[in-house]
Amino acid sequence: MAEPSRRILVTGAARSTGGRVVAALAADPSVASVVAVDDAPAAEPFGAKVEFLQADLGSPALVRVLRSTGVDTCVHLGVTAEPQAAGGRASMKERNVLGTMQLLAAAYHAPELRRVVLKSTTAVYGSAPGDPAVWTESMEPGTPRHGFAKDAMQVEDYVRSFDRRRPDVTAIVLRLANQVGPTVENPLTRYFALPVCPVVFGFDPRLQFLHEEDAEAALVRAVLGPVTHGTFNIAGDGVVLLSQAIRIAGKPPLPIPEPLVPSATELLRRTVDVSPEQVSFLQFGRVADTTAARVELGFAPRWSSLQAFEDFAAARLTGVVTEERVARVERDVLTALHRAAAWFSSEVRT
Amino acid sequence: MSTERPAPTDRAAADGHQQDGGGRCRARTVRGERCRNPAGPSGLCARHQRRLDEAAAGAATDAAGVPHGAETPADPFEPFLDWAEEALGFLRRRLTGEYRVDEFGHDPDLVEHVLAPMLRPLYRHWWRVETRGLEHVPDKGAALVVGNHAGTLPFDAMMVALAILDEHPARRTLRMLAADMAFSLPVVAHLARKSGNTLACPEDAERLLRAGELVGVWPEGYKGLGKPFSERYRLQRFGRGGFVEVALRTGAPIIPVAVVGSEEIYPMIGNLRRLARLLGVPYVPVTPTFPLLGPLGMVPLPSRWVIEFCPPIPTDGYGPDALLDPMAVFDLTDQVRDTIQQTIYRNLADRGGAFG
Repeated sequence: MAEPSRRILVTGAARSTGGRVVAALAADPSVASVVAVDDAPAAEPFGAKVEFLQADLGSPALVRVLRSTGVDTCVHLGVTAEPQAAGGRASMKERNVLGTMQLLAAAYHAPELRRVVLKSTTAVYGSAPGDPAVWTESMEPGTPRHGFAKDAMQVEDYVRSFDRRRPDVTAIVLRLANQVGPTVENPLTRYFALPVCPVVFGFDPRLQFLHEEDAEAALVRAVLGPVTHGTFNIAGDGVVLLSQAIRIAGKPPLPIPEPLVPSATELLRRTVDVSPEQVSFLQFGRVADTTAARVELGFAPRWSSLQAFEDFAAARLTGVVTEERVARVERDVLTALHRAAAWFSSEVRT
Repeated sequence: MSTERPAPTDRAAADGHQQDGGGRCRARTVRGERCRNPAGPSGLCARHQRRLDEAAAGAATDAAGVPHGAETPADPFEPFLDWAEEALGFLRRRLTGEYRVDEFGHDPDLVEHVLAPMLRPLYRHWWRVETRGLEHVPDKGAALVVGNHAGTLPFDAMMVALAILDEHPARRTLRMLAADMAFSLPVVAHLARKSGNTLACPEDAERLLRAGELVGVWPEGYKGLGKPFSERYRLQRFGRGGFVEVALRTGAPIIPVAVVGSEEIYPMIGNLRRLARLLGVPYVPVTPTFPLLGPLGMVPLPSRWVIEFCPPIPTDGYGPDALLDPMAVFDLTDQVRDTIQQTIYRNLADRGGAFG
């Protein structure tokens, strides 16, 4: 076993994915130290080898760490999709885009830096009826987007341009599909936790899910795996239809006609942090191809989209329409029919 | 903590309802038709496997000397009970989300139990479709089916797909390429994907062909669907030959298909252009019955149909330069178009009266 040598900086470490990635990295024998950065205080204390730095991405303390502590890998998980949690859309953009610029500006002067890993999202592809059925990394997403997808696109562009300016650094961008699992919290998990699930009437989009364990594994692979380069979609195998997901969750769907969707969204915004792009995601869906991650990054998810969602539903959701109940009704009706048929037959014969 | 949790399991597969479109049950239903249920590990569907087990158990009791009486007469309710069992099973799978769709959203369970049964009466009794040349459709592997398009609503595409699903020995699903409007209209959007269709764009077509699917394309598009009755059976421009480029890139053979009969289902004698522009649709047809008779006018006329699949045109012998050569693409496009046009003329003469 080689001496522990890797020194890794992780941003967004106080959030759920960040915390798990930091723990997994610190547990690896090749890692000497992890600097965990977040502007919020960490919910749980980190283990040995981890130094927590509560600072925003533009702080001088972060610059100092990057310059002097021999960080060789920078894992940027600090891009957020939730305007309310970030204190409004403007502040979210500030944190996402300017935060990344500041981080990369500091990273430019980190002499030992060899690798940058960015957690991005498949949301950069958008959701529209005229989209190809399956997105590959090389396809250009169509129209200019807004909100989180636009932030993520800009952040990706900064990372790619950093990659050009520092030829000795390799940049890996992971576009993660929507995460589900026993602990992860995001707008989509809160959507499925609603007592009824509002859907756009007449649309049944294809969704892809990524189990939180697989999200963590993919990020760890990008940090510790062999040197690769480029952008990779990360998602569970297969697709799940929204209707199917709602049924697995055991919730009744609430179809809303398209013209009423904006006002319904406005009402819903009080409980769930929904943005227009999430509404179009729930109307048109999105599927990304994961062949490149398999072939070039060497990452295959352990959970399929369906399995990931079933695991999430089993751990977190209490359904109204459960499998046992439906199966019982099916058996009862069938038995009754058989009995009626037998009775009729005997009546006819006698 | 993560190591203690159970490994991912596959619920649908464990239930014997694997919807990979592959194995079908080997048994026949009481009506003497091929069973359409997906097969389990034994080659039979869950229902027929159970029936076989029951029969075996019955034979065992006979052997044990239990008086069994005479041959039990066929239960008159058997077909109905069969049907009810299948329908209830389908409903349960819908209610619990226990079905599979592929990455394009194709849902074979829904097609088999709802969509195909809805279209089948139209195919068999209303339009009395006669299908020829099915031997030209390969049992497996990629191929591009290219057809003429007419009749205001894309019933011709649905009938071609149903012909291949019902009458081709391999029961293949035709994965059709549809206009993007199909994916922005409520209800239509999800039925389009669930029945195996996807957006008409080169990326999707290429992906399907590379996966070895049978892909259907109607290059005339709206120009064919929405042409007036006076221009019936005259093929419109075949797009910009995009379908030929995809076929050349993937080496998939092109199978021209000529549909006769779809022109008469809604004879379009006028087009409300202003209303169409207002509604954002390509045309609003005026037929002898629509909008005159209101919703009743939307019942298609019972013309007699002939669908003919023509011999495949290979595209793998052109070499890599063909894609760079617009003339090669034009020539191939014309060849496909001419084949369909000639077949249409021949079958029109064959068919005689449109409603006979």
